[in-house]
Amino acid sequence: MSYLYFPGCSLKETGKSYDESLRAIFAKLEIPLVELPDWNCCGATSYMAVNEMKAYALAARNLALAEETSESEVNVVAPCSACYMVLSKVQKYMDEFSEISDTIHGALSDAGLKYTGKVKMRHPLDVIVNDFGLAALHQKIAQPLEGMKIACYYGCQLVRPYAEFDDQDDPQTMDLILQTLGAETVDWPLKTRCCGGTLTGTVENVGLRLNDILLKEAQKRGANAIATACSLCQFNLECYQNKIQKNYGTENVPVAYFTQIIGMALGLDDKDLGLHRSFVPFSKDLIKGGAHVHA
Amino acid sequence: MSTLHFERQIKYESELDSQFPKEIMEIPGGEHLATCIQCGTCSGACPLSIYMDHSPRKIIAMTRAGFKDDVLDSRTIWLCASCYSCTVECPKQIKITDTMYALKRKAIKENRYPKGFPVPVLAREFFGIVKKTGRNNERNLLLKLYLKTNVLRLFKQIPIGLKLFFKGRLGLKSEKIKKTKQLQTLLDAVERRTS
Repeated sequence: MSYLYFPGCSLKETGKSYDESLRAIFAKLEIPLVELPDWNCCGATSYMAVNEMKAYALAARNLALAEETSESEVNVVAPCSACYMVLSKVQKYMDEFSEISDTIHGALSDAGLKYTGKVKMRHPLDVIVNDFGLAALHQKIAQPLEGMKIACYYGCQLVRPYAEFDDQDDPQTMDLILQTLGAETVDWPLKTRCCGGTLTGTVENVGLRLNDILLKEAQKRGANAIATACSLCQFNLECYQNKIQKNYGTENVPVAYFTQIIGMALGLDDKDLGLHRSFVPFSKDLIKGGAHVHA
Repeated sequence: MSTLHFERQIKYESELDSQFPKEIMEIPGGEHLATCIQCGTCSGACPLSIYMDHSPRKIIAMTRAGFKDDVLDSRTIWLCASCYSCTVECPKQIKITDTMYALKRKAIKENRYPKGFPVPVLAREFFGIVKKTGRNNERNLLLKLYLKTNVLRLFKQIPIGLKLFFKGRLGLKSEKIKKTKQLQTLLDAVERRTS
């Protein structure tokens, strides 16, 4: 099965290593991934705060473009939580509310586009666990992740409110993948607690504190690394660590995309996984136990 | 000795805006707002409620009753990070996150937020960039945000910006879609169909 890839805006910039590592592991696992031609921004959280119906239309253009690529059902892979949530939401709302579907179908048609509902939104976690399979993944291990103690952080918009591939309160897919690769994952209650999103940029003291709570709890539970599935979560948790440390005395801890960690186990080069872009080094030293972090 | 001064703490019904709840409840599924049982699950689930001047539960009660000024002038709506914790936990299936969006839109439309307050400025600038190029550009967005709200903050962010640049995480070129005209036609069509 081949997948259409919706990277989203962040993966072209601050979240570049998510894009690099996703492409690298899909290539290694021989899962075909083709970027959706001319995709546009999903609208994230900000667009909806300005204009509701335009936000739905903006997201819906991507669904229509995806449908143009195939006669049959298309699987669209969106790694960023906001993109995944927004695109799933517009699908659901077009099904549920005729006032939305009438306006959007009409506007799409005015722009020479059409969407008939043949897109299936997928997250890479879902694809790896449910399509590729954990047993097949186990076969591909080149370097088991022994000694890594990882807090899997799913964040908010990934499993909540629309995802059906995992549990809303205690999701497991990322844990299962990393356990399959030999890592230990810690049991912690903040897996889906919000990182504050853009608040670090707008109301800094509030945003930093939300991330401090996550960093401290992960370490308290014994984690020597945090795995994320969203570019904004990764940015907040990693790039603000110096400020958080200064304000709250929090210890530094590496924060990587789950795709980068999978790539390590598959034996891929650090550079192909974008690991050289980390602020807090996420090195293979972790594999043999104990964090060697130099902030 | 000064005389004690008393002010009325409770509003008279005539001071409320009965149109306000109707407008907010116009969003898809918005009618559920009327069924709120004031259990406070939303406030308990919200990771930001400890910073809010009115808890989410209170915002719902005030919206439903027509306390337009108090709701739109509240800091609560700008702290909501859209994490959907409240929405999934609400026992009455109220789309609380969507309600917060509706309140933000109303406040932005009526220009009712403290001048230079960054959250609505961020939303507006994001909207503008995406409308023009079809994609968000993190560098331009943050530049515009800090220039319009807090120039000092821009200087304070220079170290993190430089670090991102040298790590190849903040480029100089801006992403743009090819069919910007098609996107414009689409958004204009929505404008026509909703006005």
